[in-house]
Amino acid sequence: MTQNSLSKDLLLKIHNLMVKARVTEERLIHIYKQGLGYFWIGGPGEEAFAIPLGLLINKGQGLNHDWLYLHYRSLPTLIAMGLSMKEAFRAMFNKATDTSSGGRNFANHYCIPKWNVPPITSVIENQYSMSIGTAHVLKKAPDNQSLVVVTGGDAGTHEGDFATCLIWSSRPGKELPLLITVQNNAWGISTSYSSQHSEQHISQRGEPFNIKNLSINGNDPEESYLALKEQMAWIRKHRKPVLLEARVSRLYGHSSASGANYMEEECCIKTLEKKLKSEKLLKEKDIKDIWGSYREEAKKVQKEVMEESDPDGNTIWNHIYANNENADWRKF
Amino acid sequence: MANMTQALRMALHYGEEHLELRDIFGEDVGPPLGGVFTATQGLKTAWNSPLDERGIVGTAIGIAMTGQRCVAEIQFVDYIFNTIDLLKTAGNTLWAGNGQFPLPLVLMTPNGAGIHGAIYHSHSFDTWGVRLPGWKVVSPSNAKDAYGLMLSAILDPNPVLYLKPKALLRVKTPELIPGEPEDQKQLKEMIDAPVGEERKNWKPQWPKLEKYTVPIGKGSIVQEGEELTVVSFGRSLHLCKQALSSLSLSVELIDLRSLYPYDWTLIKSSVQKTKRLLIVNEDTEVANFGEHLALRAVQEGFYHLLAPPRVLSGKQVPGVGLHNNLESATVPQVKDIQSEIKNLIETKW
Repeated sequence: MTQNSLSKDLLLKIHNLMVKARVTEERLIHIYKQGLGYFWIGGPGEEAFAIPLGLLINKGQGLNHDWLYLHYRSLPTLIAMGLSMKEAFRAMFNKATDTSSGGRNFANHYCIPKWNVPPITSVIENQYSMSIGTAHVLKKAPDNQSLVVVTGGDAGTHEGDFATCLIWSSRPGKELPLLITVQNNAWGISTSYSSQHSEQHISQRGEPFNIKNLSINGNDPEESYLALKEQMAWIRKHRKPVLLEARVSRLYGHSSASGANYMEEECCIKTLEKKLKSEKLLKEKDIKDIWGSYREEAKKVQKEVMEESDPDGNTIWNHIYANNENADWRKF
Repeated sequence: MANMTQALRMALHYGEEHLELRDIFGEDVGPPLGGVFTATQGLKTAWNSPLDERGIVGTAIGIAMTGQRCVAEIQFVDYIFNTIDLLKTAGNTLWAGNGQFPLPLVLMTPNGAGIHGAIYHSHSFDTWGVRLPGWKVVSPSNAKDAYGLMLSAILDPNPVLYLKPKALLRVKTPELIPGEPEDQKQLKEMIDAPVGEERKNWKPQWPKLEKYTVPIGKGSIVQEGEELTVVSFGRSLHLCKQALSSLSLSVELIDLRSLYPYDWTLIKSSVQKTKRLLIVNEDTEVANFGEHLALRAVQEGFYHLLAPPRVLSGKQVPGVGLHNNLESATVPQVKDIQSEIKNLIETKW
């Protein structure tokens, strides 16, 4: 591995995980289109950035590990961290076995305490405000090298919470160990980036706050991996924020709301596979086998999950208060 | 004999020393001011935030997400409205996440009218608060309860909205907080920061405070009676007391203290005895929280009631006007409460 490239093994691992994430998303879309699930939203097209991010996380629970305030296009990051297809399908089918929400929340709204992943919300900005508090705790912890990653889309930066994040994370002498990422797919539902943004790069919004910032090609896994690795190491050492914008594709539109149909944009996996073939790291048959293997796995897991139990209506009263303290006024 | 501000300050200090309270923050909460009502003077973990309410609530959630305890402040409850979806998120985080991330945070904020604070310093958030499932909502009416409720709020593993009745923040309570010196002047010298240059080097001398908690969800009977039950809290409770002091009627007065969860057992047993119910608060009248209690009283006790329950609350207008005539016409006054009490006792179905 040179400074500007990744080892063969790492590149193949990234490719493999990218395919796994894409196949999972495409199966989720398929489930939605079959009328078997209510709603799909996810991150196909963002794998080249999101998989390296997941691989670079110091994974675990508690203050000695990284924290992730993610948005709903983060499946590839969690796949890279070890999330199973089964968990993704359980959420899509809103099964009782869905550990993230017990059937309460949409697909790709994960909650994984063992990896410091608080519940993903559907609103596009709250995570930028909430990440500050956790980064504040990490900053105060002695000899701590953990960081907080907060992700969002370009439309999320329209909201005040993005400005909140920039202001609070850069207070003089109180800077926070925070990796602020913007996966800029150039769309906010049906509204184009170009119609709403006058700044050339969203990352430039870090400048007035003296926040280290950069924009990268998020469709290139090597560039993404190397940039993330460098910036995360810098944050761990200096305990200050970085604003990183990754330009990515949005391959299936916003969500079910926009039909979830394939769009003709650059596909980061196809681009990578072209490179892998030209460098003779993979043959066409190898690639087909990888896709085929994951597609078979997805079908099998879908069938298994469909047999799992649905949540009982009475569970709506669970977990309103901690330790299942009663929150139903009828029982006061 | 502490006032409510001093009681809150002592409770927060107790929290810092004994309850693992690590962060007390908000606008002007840290030195030099220590809060616009001085409730956070001299506290070692108090710090100033940007003037950004969404940042304050978001940060509180992020701290609590790690399991650490914090008390955040919204300087006046009138400023809380732009945080409403973050409040919703705080309330649903445990539920949405299948019980996996409790949020042990306290959000305190001065609430209500009574100081001529005009349109943006007089709001009540009582009803908004109880419409945020997942939160607990409390509001004390005296200094000792303020201390006890704050300790309970800090200890609670859930988000607690602590509504400080701003008109009562300087009101003293005869009952002492455990550990508080009896001499009010002595207490002031110990924990009130001096004004001017002296403040720079000032450090509080904290009394040896003791643990005292008021359970969240438990109200108290302030005055026993037979003819009518009046349920109130915060500033309105004092107005009810004044109203009753010049009436020769046997009225039971309940201080709700917790708006959610609320003490239905106490209310119900009182209404079963008096057979009449009046609820008094300052929030606007349409879809007021008191209507829920009144409806429940009817549904569960219709055949015991001698008169329809009444709710006396703020008028359905966009704000509380500055002039005394405007404020008095907007939120319940002593004479309004007296009038309601008399009418209710004289009324039958």
